[in-house]
Amino acid sequence: MNTSLHAAKGLVDSEHGEISREIFVNAEIYRREIEQIFGRAWLFVGHESQVSKPGDFFMSKMGEESVILTRDRANKIHVFLNSCRHRGMKVCRYDEGNTTNFICPYHAWSYATDGRLVGVQDYDNLYQPPFDKGEWGLIEVAQLVNFHGTIWATWDAKAPSFEDYLGEAAFGLSGALRGWDGTDGATELLGSVQKWIVPTNWKFIAENFSGDNLHVVSHRSVEMVGIGPGTSGRRDDYGEARRAAYPGGHGIVYSLVPPKENFVQYSASPETSAYFASCWKKRLQRLGDKAGIFPLIGTIFPNLSFHGQQPRTLLLAHPRGPHETEMWRFYFVDKTAPADVREFLRRYYIRYSGPAGMTEQDDMENWHYASMASDGLIARRHPYHYQAGLGRGGTDALIPGRVTGKEAPGTEQNPRAFYKRWAAFLDAADWTQLRVG
Amino acid sequence: MIPEDRLSYLDLMREIEDLYFLEADLLDERDYMAWLDLLTADVRYWMPIRKNVAFDNRARETTDEDDIAWMDDDKETLTKRVKQLLTGIHWAEEPVSRVAHVISNIRLASPLVSLRDGETATVKSRFFVYRNRLETEADVLVGRREDILRRAGGALKIARRKILIEQSTLMAKNLTVFL
Repeated sequence: MNTSLHAAKGLVDSEHGEISREIFVNAEIYRREIEQIFGRAWLFVGHESQVSKPGDFFMSKMGEESVILTRDRANKIHVFLNSCRHRGMKVCRYDEGNTTNFICPYHAWSYATDGRLVGVQDYDNLYQPPFDKGEWGLIEVAQLVNFHGTIWATWDAKAPSFEDYLGEAAFGLSGALRGWDGTDGATELLGSVQKWIVPTNWKFIAENFSGDNLHVVSHRSVEMVGIGPGTSGRRDDYGEARRAAYPGGHGIVYSLVPPKENFVQYSASPETSAYFASCWKKRLQRLGDKAGIFPLIGTIFPNLSFHGQQPRTLLLAHPRGPHETEMWRFYFVDKTAPADVREFLRRYYIRYSGPAGMTEQDDMENWHYASMASDGLIARRHPYHYQAGLGRGGTDALIPGRVTGKEAPGTEQNPRAFYKRWAAFLDAADWTQLRVG
Repeated sequence: MIPEDRLSYLDLMREIEDLYFLEADLLDERDYMAWLDLLTADVRYWMPIRKNVAFDNRARETTDEDDIAWMDDDKETLTKRVKQLLTGIHWAEEPVSRVAHVISNIRLASPLVSLRDGETATVKSRFFVYRNRLETEADVLVGRREDILRRAGGALKIARRKILIEQSTLMAKNLTVFL
């Protein structure tokens, strides 16, 4: 197997649905992922509601590295590498806060919230001639975008615009971030972020949310017990599911309910149910025949996944080596949701997701031991099987992308599209070889 | 501060310790239904998240009651967690983990010598919980608890539990153990 490691394409056979285990366990491949994928893809950094006032900051990560998401005094949002230009110390070690300057605790270089180097110890005396502080500010991302309240960034100046990067998957991501009443971007974070360490390769998580429709047995116990916001199961009836794969490596599972007057959700909470019902009326007016399309889950390549309907969350799978991932769960709600609705959703969200989530707990067990049992000499000789629904799928009148509906509900088309894109990233010399469409 | 009536105080403290040690035994022996009986019907079982914040911003070190937490359960949800453990197909705990609860530093938050029916006491303690599963997987969960105990029908019960784990990024892959 080692001879073919030089071309990721040889490890991923998306046409026949076979993928080498090496890509989940091999340290050399992992090192290339960090460089080829996390060094140049658009990555989710945080939400604008985390830095709502000038001076607000949130310490985030891009790939393995610490970054600072901040809003400067002029109200502009920035993302900086969290490392002092003098000797590399983290200039921010607080998860969040509000500040005038980021002051390095090592040698006291200090930086304004727009990244400018504003303070150097004994500057006038020690540096003769003086060096140009303008060239020694915090290292800033090459591009940044605010997409319906979510902040994304890339280290690669040659990366295409975020809209081009998303392609038609923008339909799903923007849909997930909509208010229940159909207003674009009318959502905000519901409080703080859960962070935890999972001993698995990051791609198990990205693949799962891109559209692994076959892991039903993972969650049978929670379905039996019933933790949903309605009468049984873990979610309300979400109608018919359709899977959409995109050439940019993104995968989204949509749910479709008939856009008719009567659509009851959240019956366990009368206040929430009533709020949803009033939003649903507005949604029908606003979105018409598309009102019943809900992005249920999805993954935006490489490592941002989401729940778009029940619950509503964003999930970052930060790589930490071939066998370890740091999961971050952000929860979100309508900006206009009343306090009792928020409270009901808050409790529902965290009994569903996160390390104590009665659904997510079982995923972590599976991802952990799937990773471990793929690491061996013999195991690595045998590829994984991704053949469900091969050759199925086509176009859909309502949903963009390559769409598979009830003819093959268990299709693995979305993971196949994810890994096809993954291989392209690993092999491409630069962005000119990664254009799609 | 120890009250003047030392014997009554010791009597109450022993009763509280007995409750905690019984609880630890029930959890470690996986007698979850009996454990649920130690909780009042209106129990709140809350485990906020810890953050890295500046000393002068320390009020935000622990997430507020209306913020995201690791867990924030009522008795109905706790009962569902127990039922999920009993399905035999809750893979996170199937096969079952080996767990030991060590409960220590038990202290009444304010001096008391008795607790009549309906009355409550705030009790602080530390937990050291070791979880080991399958071959070599091991988690050490250490932290503080702040409970409100209430006497109901003669017996002391747990009416509220606040759990502060001494981790910000959780180093365990999941939280399937009651703390």
